[in-house]
Amino acid sequence: MKKTNFFSKLVFVLILLPTSLVVQAQVTFPENGVADPRHGHYAFTNATIVKDATTTLTNATLVIKDGKITAVGAGLKVPAGAVEIDCKGKYIYPSFIDIYTDYGTPQRQAGTGAGGGFNFNQAPQIETAVKGPFGWNQAIKSEVDVYKVFSVSDATAKPLREAGFGSVLTHVKDGVARGTGAVVTLANEKENLVIIKEKASAHYSFNKGTSTQSYPSSMMGYIALLRQTYLDAAWYKTKPYQEGFNATLQSWNDNQSLPQIFEANDKWNDLRSDRIGDEFGVQYIIKAGQNEYQRIKEMKATNATFILPLNYPVAQDVEDPNDARFVSLNDMKHWELAPTNAAAFEKAGIPFCLTTADLRTVTQFWTNLRKAMEYGLSENKVIEALTKTPATTLGVYDKVGSLDAGKLGNFLITNGPIFSEKSIILQNWVQGIKYTVKEDAASVAGTYALTVNTPSGTEKYTLDVKSASSVTMYAKDTLNSKFTFDGKQVKISFAPMVRRQRPAGAPGQTPDTTRRPGGGNPGAAGFPRGGSTEQALPATATRLGGISNGTEWNGTGTDSLGNPLTWTATLIKLAEVKQDSSKKKDMPVVGKVVYPFEPFGWSDEEKPKQETILIKNATVWTNEKEGVLENADVLIKDGKISAVGKNLSDASARIIDGTGKHVTAGIIDEHSHIAAASINEGAQSVTSEVRIADNLNPDDINIYRQLSGGVTSSHILHGSANVIGGQTQLIKLRWGANDDDLKFKNWPGQIKFALGENVKRSNFNIPGGNNRYPDTRMGVEQVLEDAFTRAKDYQKEWKGYNDAKDKKGLSVPRRDLELEALVEILEKKRFITCHSYVQSEINMAMEVANRMGYTVNTFTHILEGYKVADKMLKHGSFVSTFSDWWAYKMEVEDAIPYNAAIMQKVGLTVAINSDDAEMARRLNQEAGKIVKYGGVTEEEALKMVTLNPAKMLHVDNKVGSLKVGKDGDVVLWSDNPLSIYAKSLYTIVDGTVYFDRKKDELMQKDVDAERLRLVRKMNGEKRSGAPTIPAQPSYQIMHTCSDHGHSHGLLVIDSDDMNND
Amino acid sequence: MKKIFLVLISVGTMFCAQAQPNVRPAAVQKAPIVIKNATIHTGDGAVIENGIIVIENGKITAVGKDVKIPAGAEVTDAGGKQVYPGLVLPTSNLGLIEISAVKASNDTKEIGDLNPNIRSIVAYNTDSKVINTLRSNGILAANIIPQGDFLAGSSSIVQLDAWNWQDAAIQTDGGMHLYMPTLMPRPSFGRGGFAGPNAGVQTDPVKEGLEKIEKLKSFFKEAKAYLGSTGNTETNLKFESVKNLFSKKQKLYVHANTVKQMLVALDFVKEFGFEMVIVGASEGWQIANLLKQNNVSVILDQLHRLPTGEDDDVDQPYKTAAALQKAGVVFALSDDDSQNRGRNLAFNAGTAAAYGLTKEEALAAITSSAAKIMGVSDKIGSIAVGKDANIIISSGDILDMRTNNVTDAFIQGRKINLDDKQKQLNERYEEKYNIKQKKGF
Repeated sequence: MKKTNFFSKLVFVLILLPTSLVVQAQVTFPENGVADPRHGHYAFTNATIVKDATTTLTNATLVIKDGKITAVGAGLKVPAGAVEIDCKGKYIYPSFIDIYTDYGTPQRQAGTGAGGGFNFNQAPQIETAVKGPFGWNQAIKSEVDVYKVFSVSDATAKPLREAGFGSVLTHVKDGVARGTGAVVTLANEKENLVIIKEKASAHYSFNKGTSTQSYPSSMMGYIALLRQTYLDAAWYKTKPYQEGFNATLQSWNDNQSLPQIFEANDKWNDLRSDRIGDEFGVQYIIKAGQNEYQRIKEMKATNATFILPLNYPVAQDVEDPNDARFVSLNDMKHWELAPTNAAAFEKAGIPFCLTTADLRTVTQFWTNLRKAMEYGLSENKVIEALTKTPATTLGVYDKVGSLDAGKLGNFLITNGPIFSEKSIILQNWVQGIKYTVKEDAASVAGTYALTVNTPSGTEKYTLDVKSASSVTMYAKDTLNSKFTFDGKQVKISFAPMVRRQRPAGAPGQTPDTTRRPGGGNPGAAGFPRGGSTEQALPATATRLGGISNGTEWNGTGTDSLGNPLTWTATLIKLAEVKQDSSKKKDMPVVGKVVYPFEPFGWSDEEKPKQETILIKNATVWTNEKEGVLENADVLIKDGKISAVGKNLSDASARIIDGTGKHVTAGIIDEHSHIAAASINEGAQSVTSEVRIADNLNPDDINIYRQLSGGVTSSHILHGSANVIGGQTQLIKLRWGANDDDLKFKNWPGQIKFALGENVKRSNFNIPGGNNRYPDTRMGVEQVLEDAFTRAKDYQKEWKGYNDAKDKKGLSVPRRDLELEALVEILEKKRFITCHSYVQSEINMAMEVANRMGYTVNTFTHILEGYKVADKMLKHGSFVSTFSDWWAYKMEVEDAIPYNAAIMQKVGLTVAINSDDAEMARRLNQEAGKIVKYGGVTEEEALKMVTLNPAKMLHVDNKVGSLKVGKDGDVVLWSDNPLSIYAKSLYTIVDGTVYFDRKKDELMQKDVDAERLRLVRKMNGEKRSGAPTIPAQPSYQIMHTCSDHGHSHGLLVIDSDDMNND
Repeated sequence: MKKIFLVLISVGTMFCAQAQPNVRPAAVQKAPIVIKNATIHTGDGAVIENGIIVIENGKITAVGKDVKIPAGAEVTDAGGKQVYPGLVLPTSNLGLIEISAVKASNDTKEIGDLNPNIRSIVAYNTDSKVINTLRSNGILAANIIPQGDFLAGSSSIVQLDAWNWQDAAIQTDGGMHLYMPTLMPRPSFGRGGFAGPNAGVQTDPVKEGLEKIEKLKSFFKEAKAYLGSTGNTETNLKFESVKNLFSKKQKLYVHANTVKQMLVALDFVKEFGFEMVIVGASEGWQIANLLKQNNVSVILDQLHRLPTGEDDDVDQPYKTAAALQKAGVVFALSDDDSQNRGRNLAFNAGTAAAYGLTKEEALAAITSSAAKIMGVSDKIGSIAVGKDANIIISSGDILDMRTNNVTDAFIQGRKINLDDKQKQLNERYEEKYNIKQKKGF
């Protein structure tokens, strides 16, 4: 009866070790009473000890003293003075480390949130509202050290300990730069004792948290702010007298030597953060989100260690087809695939830690961890991700993360292999202090003979104890009974069963009470619960209470009539320890990851490739001096246009019959706002430091939709919230590419300027009125004048510094990214596209440009351009306009559809742009309108959406016409491309067919089939009793320039409206 | 005094809601008019090659190949050009809004949820400069509708060549407009950011919306009782204003897009027997047969829109018209674009033709079907004997911007001036740059 032996010993230990025992006394603190020095000296013998993910010792001993491990090994002698605890049948693991918590930090106000864009309807707070010697932006809080504000919170620590955690990294989750984090244990002791590394990490995010300052208001702004702060901090090291003492920058510099942790929370944000790091020689540790499996190759390429949360989307109630209709395939696919995230990291060989962060409650941890394991995450990897990886990442592997002599006594005792469904964590020892998680139900389970001595005689019963909270009790018949056992105290109550349809707990058909909803969480403090099918006990039930002395329990009670009684229960037979019956489940069947993670995305196998393509016998609009060729051929090879002419042939080519069809160069949209995470950083009037390129979003369905309209390149512009907006990005519509591969390579950058009503915020209801300079067109001129005056001074300052032969004694000028972008304009390395409407402001913009020595490269919108066409021609501008928009605001009152034609006839290079995700699909038809309004030739009209935008983007050497050597960006149209009846049959980018109208029909069928499969799967989930939430319509965020009304349907939310809460 | 007067005039011209002084409504037709040598698209499906139209006293008196030309007629030789009935824009804020962003010029939406007594016609400004730009593209009649959050008021149909709203109206208060509650959860966004697809939903808009609709039904029930009683001691203007709905002299236009909204709207047909038109119906292709079954007609207010969901056919909105056609639903097309103010109506129809309709079916959707749905097919919408002579001539296919070019237009037999503000500005600057003669180079 060795098991009995352990059983009684365990009970003995339990009595001797109240959880509040202080092991490590703090000697500097006065003692109130008599000194009680102890050393917490224990030897845990006969255990299976998992030292780390790769080392398991059987029948081994762990010795701890003074909160630390002094010895681990097999065959160790129990040292003198140590209390021996027999752990036969038990397992000991290093306790877990959660690397991403805000444990013990003060409550914060609700934050202002992440950067969806500038709020047009609010007066901005331009300067910091924080007093003190800090930096200019409230969101940079490098001076915060969590150890200074940390306080132990047992209420928070307890669930973490019960989930198996012994130590955590904590930091204040507030701001873009969040200061330092500390490693603390979860012992319920004085702060001084639990902090094991006071500055262990530095933290960053794309969320300004409680900052009330308007800047940054966009993803681009966050990135620009971080970039500028790196530069400022480096400059601050030169002790510039102009800056005085800046606690924020000083701390920023001090914190650089620590592990740098970036909370990115999303696959694209992960990459964005990593690129900031690359720029400044920092390798961030990246706190991920749920969706990294969608771009795992890119994750791998970051070389970062990741921190993975284990929260997943909940199934939605999609039984009503009308509700299901608005839940997107993406959301359903993500619901299905999110649990594969951690396994994807393991498979890709990317180092990672696991965290409880983002879970609704810590008690979900085990359920969700098991789910991740069911989807392919291995046991060893889990142990590593919860012990060694976080410990080494934080440089505390000498203290925690494995069971080795010298490390803290942080370990778990379990009643079986920790990942076995039936196993539970019994105890979590933190710094040598025991925290009981749960009693060992298996050790009490067994058959007992119960004798009750009532005044009327002795009654005999049999108790089948299943667990510390579950019993079946019977004499002749099964009784209605309740049972609890806390390791020492026993409570039993019982009454005759009231016969009902469903007698609970008859022998032989006992409900499986060990199966609990949520997948059997060994850490959850779920006891007692005896199964909901039990009958309630009547008030007249017999009640027994007593004490366990091991194999015998004794106690007193009252019977149904209220008579006092005594009782004794004796163990007859311990229950057989059940083997873990849960077989390793098969990996669930899940759908494919597609690129992009969108409908019509391609799996790796289906991804279109560059081809040699020969289009035969078509009407070919060359946009070159050859004009329109009838019955001609176009050969595309190696991504380039290889030949244009008659009777071409190429044996290797895929032949496309173009009979009766038209071939043109791909459409180029000079003014677009698709495929970006944010568009407007309007918190200041000059934000030339922000870059659209920093926040491209390849998961925009509008890329695919516009391919269907023959668009091959789009110029993604900053919005028109401010006079000098951000740097733009030209992209090619390579559907499926990642953010970097979307970019049009080797083009000279551009920048967005804006004039008029939007920058003076005329059409918005701002409480208290507009407080941001400028408020008039007069002020707009001065913003430009001032910005370029400063840029010139800045240029001069750097030139003086760089030209100086002897730099001794010279102070290094501060690099200012805002002014650098303007200097690039002055140096003709960057070109302006300027949102403009009325003639006065157009003339003003040209005059400022002339004074300052730059040219306004493109006037975009330019609806009154026809009034000053001659002047723009003289200035050297290009123009990009709408075909027929007008009358939606005051400054477009004189807009006319003849504008493009007049400007073209005066000699300007004219483009027709969309500025609208829907109209971009019909830009060919918008060009057709210029034939109608103003009578330009069809060839010239087509150039307005192809060659002319290429010219103003300075890429006409690569795209815009069908000329040998240019990029293979080609469209085959069903009809004259300027006609309403024209459809793109093939849209080809770099010789790759990205849109094929026939294939699109097949893909649509796949999308519908995949939707059906997932709707059925979610419905199955619901029917099986899993939690569901009401169907959540999958709204899409649409970014616009905030210039005019865009209405895009039921599920599209304008990012501007999003800020109006 | 004189000075003040001058200032008033100039302020008036600046703020745009003034007539173009040199474009005047045409005078009443005197002599008979004959259009010959025309390719006549009648608007209800037929095409007559080499046809003749005779117009007398503002009405069409003859159409066909062999038609007797009355004596003294002014004959227009169409030279084989395309002749169509004047296009009908079935939903518009024309004349109610001059410039959307300028509040002073915006008369489209009254305060309150229950405004059946509101009448758009009284605010319709015949001198809006937008009107002439629509005529230039062949639109000769429009349904002027009030906007609102719920029961918004009544619409009226106007012809686009008039001195004032009384002259303009060809049907007054013929439609009552109900804007359906969304019946769809909206995501709750954090300040400045979005919380993602699983963001919490704070209220239940479906429940709230259905409750609102129940209240409206109570209103109609009470109105019916009131209207059926002779002993009312007080006059209720709101009840009075829905009288024609019950007598079917007025139609109920329900602005709805989702299937749920449209199905809920059927209650108004079932419970009150109203004649209903669904406006919007972007999801209508899913229930085309149910719409047909319930004799509900539809106005698709914008084909040039993005598909509702990411998973939808990328061209779904373009194909919706064909889906309705196939099911036999009577439908019209509109153009509610706020940046071009409806003048691309014909091109919306062109898109429908590119995606499944025949050209004549697409034309019907902006002429005869629109007139039928709105209850004015006795007057406008087709080239047929007895109808108002609302006719346009285009040198090419009017549905295609590549060929659309309206050269002549007649409203009630009056040959109207097709000049507009934009043409005049064009002319002014062509002259400035001396480029007029270069046209079409």
